[in-house]
Amino acid sequence: MMDILQIFLSDSFWAASLRIATPLIFGVLGALLCERSGVLNLGIEGIFVVGAMMGWLVAYLTGSLWLGVIAAALSGGLFGLFHAILTVPLGLSQHVSGLGITMFATALMSFAYRTIFPQVATPPRIEPFRALDIPVLSDLPFLGPVLFQQTALTWLALLMVGLVWYLMDRTALGVAIKAVGDNPDAVNAQGLSVMRLRIGAVVAGSALMALGGAFLTMSAFDAFFFGMVNGRGWICIALVIFASWQPRKALLGALLFGMFDALQVRLQTMAGAIVPGQVFLMVPYVLSIIALIIAARKADYPRALLKPWFKGQR
Amino acid sequence: MALPTTPVPHALPGSGATLLASDNRHEMTKPSPVLSLRGMTKRFGSVLAADHIDLELARGEVLALLGENGAGKTTLMNMLFGQYTADAGSVHVWHEDGAEIILPPGQPQAAIEAKIGMVHQHFTLAENLSVIDNILLGTERLLHLNRNRRAARAKLEALMIHSGLEAPLDRKVRELSVGERQRVEILKALYRDVRILVLDEPTAVLTPQEADTLFASVRSMVENGLSVIFISHKLREVLAFSDRIAVLRHGKKTGEMVTADADTHSIIRMMIGEEHDMPERTPGTPRDSVLKLDGVSIHPTRETRGLSDVTLDLKGGEIVGIAGVSGNGQSALARVLSGLLAPNAGGIEIGGERLAALTPRAALSHGIGRIPEDRHHDGIISALSVSENLVIERLGDADVQRAGFLRRASMAKNAEALSAAYDVRGPGIHARSALLSGGNIQKLILARVLETHPNVILANQPTRGLDFRAAAEVSRRLIAARDAGAGVILISEDLDEVLSLADRVLVMHAGELTETESRDRASIGQLMAGHAA
Amino acid sequence: MIEIVPREQPSRRLTTGVPLLAAIGSLLLAAIPLAFAGAPIFEAYGQMFTGVFGSLFSFTEMLTRATPLIFTGLAAAVAFRAKLWNIGGEGQLYLGAMAAVWVGTGMIDGPPILLVPVVLLAGAIAGGLGMLGPALLKTRFGADEVVTSLLLNFIILIFVQMMLEGPLKDPMSLGWPQSEPIVDEAVLPQLIAKMRLHAGFLLAIGTAIIAHVIMAMTVWGLRIRAVGENAAAARHAGMPVKRIFLAVAFASGALAGIAGVSEVAGLKGYLTSDLSPGFGYTGIVVAMLAGLSPLGVVAAALFIASVFVGTDSMSRAMGVSSFLADLTVSMSLICVLLGGFFARFRIRRVRTEDAA
Repeated sequence: MMDILQIFLSDSFWAASLRIATPLIFGVLGALLCERSGVLNLGIEGIFVVGAMMGWLVAYLTGSLWLGVIAAALSGGLFGLFHAILTVPLGLSQHVSGLGITMFATALMSFAYRTIFPQVATPPRIEPFRALDIPVLSDLPFLGPVLFQQTALTWLALLMVGLVWYLMDRTALGVAIKAVGDNPDAVNAQGLSVMRLRIGAVVAGSALMALGGAFLTMSAFDAFFFGMVNGRGWICIALVIFASWQPRKALLGALLFGMFDALQVRLQTMAGAIVPGQVFLMVPYVLSIIALIIAARKADYPRALLKPWFKGQR
Repeated sequence: MALPTTPVPHALPGSGATLLASDNRHEMTKPSPVLSLRGMTKRFGSVLAADHIDLELARGEVLALLGENGAGKTTLMNMLFGQYTADAGSVHVWHEDGAEIILPPGQPQAAIEAKIGMVHQHFTLAENLSVIDNILLGTERLLHLNRNRRAARAKLEALMIHSGLEAPLDRKVRELSVGERQRVEILKALYRDVRILVLDEPTAVLTPQEADTLFASVRSMVENGLSVIFISHKLREVLAFSDRIAVLRHGKKTGEMVTADADTHSIIRMMIGEEHDMPERTPGTPRDSVLKLDGVSIHPTRETRGLSDVTLDLKGGEIVGIAGVSGNGQSALARVLSGLLAPNAGGIEIGGERLAALTPRAALSHGIGRIPEDRHHDGIISALSVSENLVIERLGDADVQRAGFLRRASMAKNAEALSAAYDVRGPGIHARSALLSGGNIQKLILARVLETHPNVILANQPTRGLDFRAAAEVSRRLIAARDAGAGVILISEDLDEVLSLADRVLVMHAGELTETESRDRASIGQLMAGHAA
Repeated sequence: MIEIVPREQPSRRLTTGVPLLAAIGSLLLAAIPLAFAGAPIFEAYGQMFTGVFGSLFSFTEMLTRATPLIFTGLAAAVAFRAKLWNIGGEGQLYLGAMAAVWVGTGMIDGPPILLVPVVLLAGAIAGGLGMLGPALLKTRFGADEVVTSLLLNFIILIFVQMMLEGPLKDPMSLGWPQSEPIVDEAVLPQLIAKMRLHAGFLLAIGTAIIAHVIMAMTVWGLRIRAVGENAAAARHAGMPVKRIFLAVAFASGALAGIAGVSEVAGLKGYLTSDLSPGFGYTGIVVAMLAGLSPLGVVAAALFIASVFVGTDSMSRAMGVSSFLADLTVSMSLICVLLGGFFARFRIRRVRTEDAA
C-alpha cells in the first residue's frame, strides 16, 4: 500500500502520465473535430502510422525535427482528405471507408519503409525531441520535472487543447462545425457549405491524429517499428465518447488514461513476480472498454454522425 | 428527351379571366414586382417534378402556393433557394431601387444575398446550439475569432419587439417547444432583412390559436413591405390569409386567381383536376368493447411527451378520432398500443384479458392492426421485396414457412392477390419496396394490416403525405373495416380528417385525453390549446 | 459543377460487375508501388501469376490460404448483413484456436469421428462467446461494438501470449512460446498427398453453402436482413430484434472461431501467437468484395489468397517487400467501395454559367 502511495507522490510518475497521454491528446482532439462535424474517422489507427512514419522519415532525411512534424501533419491531412472525399461528397459508409483507410495507410507505410530501408540489421534512428529544459522553472520541486521537462510535442499537444477549445467554443467556425454535425440542413439553409465544413474538419482532425503518431517516433522513441501504434487510434475513438466531444474533457480523459497506464507499468515492476506481465499489458485496452461502457449510456452523439448528406436530394 | 429551352406558357381554360382579374387588382394597389420565376424546370430521373412553372410575386403581397403532395411546390422552392439546380428557367429579383437581378442557379448564398428567406416545414435548426447561435449561423465571418454580439443582440431584441415573435436567445434549441422553434425559424429569416419570405406549411405543428397569432404577425410585416409565398394545403387558411392563389399539379401550374374570387370548390378542381369526392361519413353502429385503456400513464422523456391517466373504451364498429397538435402525447399512445412502449401505470384490457403492457407480438396476437405514423421508419423494410414486406408480421404462419424454409411460391400468390385487391402499384411483387411511391407503400401496409381482420385498428396519421385519391382510398378502407366490426383509433393532426371520419372525437393535449361531444372547430380548437371548453 | 444523382434502380450490371472491376483495379494499381520499388512490372505480374497457378503445389497453397479467409469473410458478411459491426474477427479466430488447443491436446480421447467435431464445436463456441460479449455491451450499455470488438483483438492476443507462456505452453518446446501439438485424432486430414491443403477447405465451402441457404431461403435469413436494413420496422413487426442481433453476433464469432480451429487443427498443428497474419481483418475485405453474399465470399477469398500467395512468391524472387500484398488488398477494399457508389449513383454535369 505504501508503495502505491509512493508512486503517486513521485514526480516521475506524473511526468510519465503526461508523456503517455500526449499522443492520445492529439488523437482524441482529432477524432473530436471529425465527429463533431458528423464524420466518424476509423482511419485514425492508420493515420497514426502515417504520422509516425512520415514525421520520422522526413526528420531522418532532412535532419530537421520540425520539418518532420509538418510533414506528419500534412500527410495525415492528406489521408484525412481521402477519407473525407469518400464519406462526404460520395457519402460512402464511414465505417468501411475508415477501416479501408487504416488498412491502406498501414500497408503503404510498411511497404514504403521496407522499400526505402530494404535490409537493415538495426533500424535507422534519429535524434528525437529533447525535454525542453526551461531554466528556473525546470528546477521547481515536483512541478519542474512533471511539466517543464516534457518535449516540445507535449507542449504542442497542450496548446492544441486550448486552440481546439477556443475554435469550438468561441468562434463562428466552431459553431458551424457543431451545427453541421447536428443538422446539416440548418447549415445549408444558412448558406454555408456542408461539404467544405465537413471536409475541412476531417482534414484538420486527421492532421492532429498524425501528430499523435509523430510523437511516437520523434519523441517517445527514435525509430519507426511495425505495429508501434498498437491500437492507440482505437483507444482515442473510445476516449472521445468518454470525453463527450469536449476538448477539455478530452484532455482529462487522456490524462486519466496516461495515469493508469503509467501506474500499471510501475505496478508491473512491483508485482511482476506474482502476476504475469501480460495482465498489465491488457490494462489500456480494458480501461478503454470500461471508459466506453461508463460513457455510452449518457453519450450525446452528434445527431448527424454517420449520416451522409447530399445536396438537393429527395 | 430534349427539353425546350424557352418557357412555354400554359394557357388553361379560364385562366385568361382570372389573370385579368389579378391584373386589375395590381392596378389598384400599384404593385411593383419583387420576384419572378420563369420557366422553372426540374427533372428527377423519369419524373418531371417541375415543368416550366412561371410565378410572379408583388411587393407586399401574400401569394398562396397550393398543390397536392408531389405537385412540385417544394421542388420549385428548392430551385428558388438554389438547393436544387434548375434544369431550365430563371429567377428574377427586383431590388428596392427597381434594379433587376437574375440569381445564378444552384447557389443558396445568392438567394440569401437577394434577401429571400424560407421557413421550412421541417425545421432547419441545430438542436445542440443556442437560439442566437442558430440565428447568427452563416452571418458571421467564420474565422472572426472575437465574436462581438452586442450589435446582433440589439438588432434581434428590436426585431422581436417589432414582429411580436419572442424567443429565448440563450436557450438551446433542443429545449424549445415546436411553437418556439417556429418563431426562431422566422427570426432567422428576419435577421437577414429578408424582403421575400417563403413559409412552407407553417401551421402544421401549431394549434389554431397559435396559427392565428402567426398570421397576425406576418400580416403586420407584410404591411411594412414584406412579400410572402405561403405554401399550404389547408384551404381555410389559404382563403383567409392570402391575396392571391397559384395552384400546381403534376409539376405544372394549373391555375392562378385572386383569393377574393376563389372558393373551396374552384381551388380543389384546380388542384386535382376534377370534382373530388371525400367519402361521406356514415354513422357506425357501436358493438361490444374491444379495447380498454385504464389510467395509462407514461413518464415524459426528452424526446417524447408522456401520457397522464389516459382512459379509453373502444367499441367494435366505431371510429374514435383523436385530434390534437402533434407532440402532445399521440406518439406515446400509439407506441403503447403498438407494443413498443410499456406504460408506467395503468392497464390495457383486450379480448377480456387484462395486461400491464403489450409487446409488438402480443399486440398482433390480440388482433391489433397497426398503421404506423412514419411508414418508412416503422412500416416497411424498404430493402425487402413487396411480397416479403406483406408477411413480416406473421413469419411463423404455415403459408409463409415450412420448417423454417420460406414458401416463396405461396408468398408470391399471397402478394399477387393482395396487390390486386388493394391496388398496390409498382414494379412488381419481387421488387424492393423502396421503389414504391408513398401512397402505394401505405396501401401495402393497409393490405398487411387488414388481411388479418384485426379487432382493433390503430391508424396513426394514415393519410399524411398522400394525394387526395390515395387518402380517400385509405379512408374508405378504414370505414369498411369499421362496418365489418373492427374498432378503429384514428390519430390525426388534421382536424378536418377527424371530423369527417370519426364517430366519436377525443382531443389530446399535454398527455391528457378529453372526450368532446362538440363537432365545432372553434371549441375543439380551444381543447387542442389546453383550454377547457 | 457536378451533381450526384441517385439511380432510380441500381444498375444490375454494375452491381454484379463491381467486385470483379475492383479486383482488377487493385491489381492494376499495384503497378504503382511496384514501379516505386524498381521492379520490372510485367515480370513481377508474371511471377505473381505463376506463384499461384504455376504448379499444383502453389495452387493448393493458395486454397490453403483461402480457407481461413472464407471463414472470417463469412463471419464479417453475416454480421454486416445485420448491421453488426464485428471488427473483432482476429480475436475470435485466436479464441477458437485456443479452445481447439485446449480441448484437442489430450483433454479428451476418442476417435477422429468424435474428436474433430468436438474440437470444431469448442472453437466455434469460444469464438461465438468472443463476439457475444461486445454485442451484449451494445444491447445493454449502448457501447459501440466497433470499438469494443477492435480493442478485444488486442486483449485476446495478449491473453494468447500469456497462455502460451503459461498453462498452454508445451514443455518440450525448449522455451519457445507455443502450445502442445493437437493429437492426431483431432487433426483435419490432408486432402492431397504431400500438399498442405486440408479438410478445412471443404468445410469452408460447405459452410458457405449452408450460410447461403440460410440467408436466402429461410425465415432466419429474412429476419437477419430485416433487422439489418431497418431494426425499427423489424421490431414493430414483432421480430425479437435483440435476440436476432445476439444470435448473429454468436454465429459471426463462431465462424471466425472455426477459422482458428482450421488453422491449428488443419495446418499448423499447434498454436503460436503469430498464427494469423491478420485473417480477421482481411475477412472484412473479403466480405465487402463479396457484396456480403456467402457464395461471393468464396470467390473473394480465393482472389485475396491469390494476391497473398502470388505476391509472396514474387517478393521472394524479386526482392519487393511482401507488404505489397496488404497494399493490394487494402486498395481492393477502397475500389469496391467506390464501385458500389457508381452502381448506386450517377455523376452528371450541371450548368454553372450565370444565366446573366
